[in-house]
Amino acid sequence: MNKRDPDLLLFHAPLLRQGMTTPKAMRDVLIALAPATAASMWFFGLSALLVLGSCIVGAIAAEWLFADKQARGDSLRDASGILTGLLLGLTLPPGLPLWMAFLGGFAGIAFGKVIWGGLGHNLFNPALLGRAFLLATFPIAMTTWVPTVIDGGFLDIYPGNLALPFMQAQVDAMSSATPLGMMKFEQEVTPLANLMFGNVSGSLGETSGLLLLLGGIYLWLRRDLDWRIPVSILLTVVIFSAVLGLFDETRFPTPLFSVFSGGLLLGAIYMATDPVTSPVTPKGAWIFGIGTGVLVMLIRVFGGLPEGVMYAILLMNAATPLIDRYTQPRVFGRGVDAE
Amino acid sequence: MRAFRRLRRSFEHGVHPAHHKQQTENLPIQRVPFGTDYVMPLGQHIGVPAKAIVAAGEAVRRGQLIAEPGGFVSTGLHSPVTGTIKEVGDFRGVDGRFAPAIAIEADPFATQQVDAGAATDWQSMSLEDFIEAVQMAGIVGMGGAAFPAHVKLSVPDGVRIRHLLINGAECEPYLTTDHRLMLERPEALLEGAEIMRQKLGAEETVIGIEANKPDAIEVVSKHIRPGDPVRVVPLKVKYPQGAEKMMIKSVFDVEVPAGQLPRDVEVNVNNVGTIVAIADYFLRGLPLIERVVTVAGPGVTYPANLIVPLGTPVRDVVKFCGGLKPGTREIIMGGPMMGRPIASLDVPILKGCSGVLVFTEEQTARRKEYPCISCGRCLEACPYFLNPSRLARLSKSRMFDEMQAYNVFDCVECGCCTFACPSNIPIVQLIRTAKDDLANRKEPEA
Repeated sequence: MNKRDPDLLLFHAPLLRQGMTTPKAMRDVLIALAPATAASMWFFGLSALLVLGSCIVGAIAAEWLFADKQARGDSLRDASGILTGLLLGLTLPPGLPLWMAFLGGFAGIAFGKVIWGGLGHNLFNPALLGRAFLLATFPIAMTTWVPTVIDGGFLDIYPGNLALPFMQAQVDAMSSATPLGMMKFEQEVTPLANLMFGNVSGSLGETSGLLLLLGGIYLWLRRDLDWRIPVSILLTVVIFSAVLGLFDETRFPTPLFSVFSGGLLLGAIYMATDPVTSPVTPKGAWIFGIGTGVLVMLIRVFGGLPEGVMYAILLMNAATPLIDRYTQPRVFGRGVDAE
Repeated sequence: MRAFRRLRRSFEHGVHPAHHKQQTENLPIQRVPFGTDYVMPLGQHIGVPAKAIVAAGEAVRRGQLIAEPGGFVSTGLHSPVTGTIKEVGDFRGVDGRFAPAIAIEADPFATQQVDAGAATDWQSMSLEDFIEAVQMAGIVGMGGAAFPAHVKLSVPDGVRIRHLLINGAECEPYLTTDHRLMLERPEALLEGAEIMRQKLGAEETVIGIEANKPDAIEVVSKHIRPGDPVRVVPLKVKYPQGAEKMMIKSVFDVEVPAGQLPRDVEVNVNNVGTIVAIADYFLRGLPLIERVVTVAGPGVTYPANLIVPLGTPVRDVVKFCGGLKPGTREIIMGGPMMGRPIASLDVPILKGCSGVLVFTEEQTARRKEYPCISCGRCLEACPYFLNPSRLARLSKSRMFDEMQAYNVFDCVECGCCTFACPSNIPIVQLIRTAKDDLANRKEPEA
């Protein structure tokens, strides 16, 4: 036994891990969003690609610029920046000037993530914070919706996209109203089939309800998503609409219209479920979801805006630490008496 | 709902690691040949260390008492070999610390026959005598915790034990010692169970076995005599099914209140190995001088289930198994979820050591740690319904006092949270750090 013993490590147990890692979870979300992203390109052509790309480039630029030199590689590799950019892009109007999209992605990461201490430390969803930033800064461009370009070619782009920074954009040329806007301001109902398949005007990602649901199911199967949050948001919205419908069927939207219109599915499945900014406890997830659903309906029906998903989620994000604190699960063996 | 849960025979939460038992589950238990050097630490059980009653130079026989209990929560120690006491002094233990131990040099010409051998008339013994006999026989919980078995037998007045629960879950991956014992020594298991049941005055014996050991379930069931108050309960394959409070929840659907013991819900839980040790002592006169150990893992040449005399250096055990493969990086004593890494091949096999697992690069490669994204996977994994994510964050900020509000002391360190964490955060280790700090701060030992 003259052979030298191997140098033994003292890694503490458990040595086994399940295979999932955080970057993989991020990539799963990107995969889940792929069909809806492809659909946005189908409906809005090259413009979709350009807007989404600008957001992602903006997000990565902020990551790269502000990240600590050592952590730089990590924050780019974990794909969370790309995800933020993509999610932001999907909430934007297809005709938005590209420089604004870039700025939105940049601001989302800078104000929504980096200043909080990076991944895992932020209070608000960075993509939605980026969108809120844009909505406050460029209210007209952010509410100018364009019709889908199914008839036109893929390579057609909306003229608004190419507007130069700080120049007056020519946006009003092709405007059209979103289904929620038509409902709110003109009491005109968009057929449900259009809402589900996406042939409506609106932001890039909110147009195709079914594909968003498909991605959500994928995430649920991969256990990347707390199903309680989308389920409770959607249930709350359905019940809220159904109750309102009892009072006045013509003035208020039907439950299905409420679910499939606007950014609700995108928000409920992909943004409210951002693990960092939603409660970690199961009970908290229900409260968070119900709160978001109620706020969405309050803003949509009684507020001045046609859409309220963004503010609803951001408000509930702010309440998350408090919800977590008061919804700790009952510890095994506590609160039971011996027989 | 309650009835439905009972059908599933499981506790809530937990994780599903690959069980990796294929290496050794079909290998019969074999004996390791005797070597030369043995080290018996005096404190190889939970509680007060034993007191040595032999001195250097003394000749001892295999099975002879060499240390007596140092208090009530303490047990006797017996020489695992016939030979000479080399030294009573401090030796490097499994945890890396020096601790008192007895070093024995085996006599190369001895037959190593155990000359005890007489069965004990356990039936006519009083409970006190029985408890003392278990203590002197050195029997401890063989599942890994090494808690003296006799302490569990002595229940305070007014407490009744109705169920004797035998833990054959063996939920740790790789380990197959209990599995093999159930297959090869079902008679001893049932005999030992009957002794324990009668002495405890329990109404029935329940043997809980994870459903991934259908052969063990079948063999044990077949050996139960009709009319005996024994039943085998197949349990869902889930880690940590073998944690005693989890198993009580699975079998009886009862939660043991925090800070209390199984006896408070009228249950006594013992590991399969412990019960076999009871049978060996009372029916064959064998004190606890050897145990079954699974030697497995990707780094071992010939995996095996072995009967190893206590005090045998891991080096001898590994050598018998064909040695370590190149690329060996870590050796774990116990299971891969809760076991302890050892720093040297010279540490001895102890009463509580159910496995020697050898791991290579793949399992020990340093995993990149990412920030906690509060995904909640650890909450869904924790069988105690703690909030490991919060505990880990607090521990990283060294906010140990705040962790008590999050019930850090309810954590049994099963490792489910760390197993489940996609960010590779060493959550259990962070919790251990905090517990250690809090415990040391609370009692500044004068």
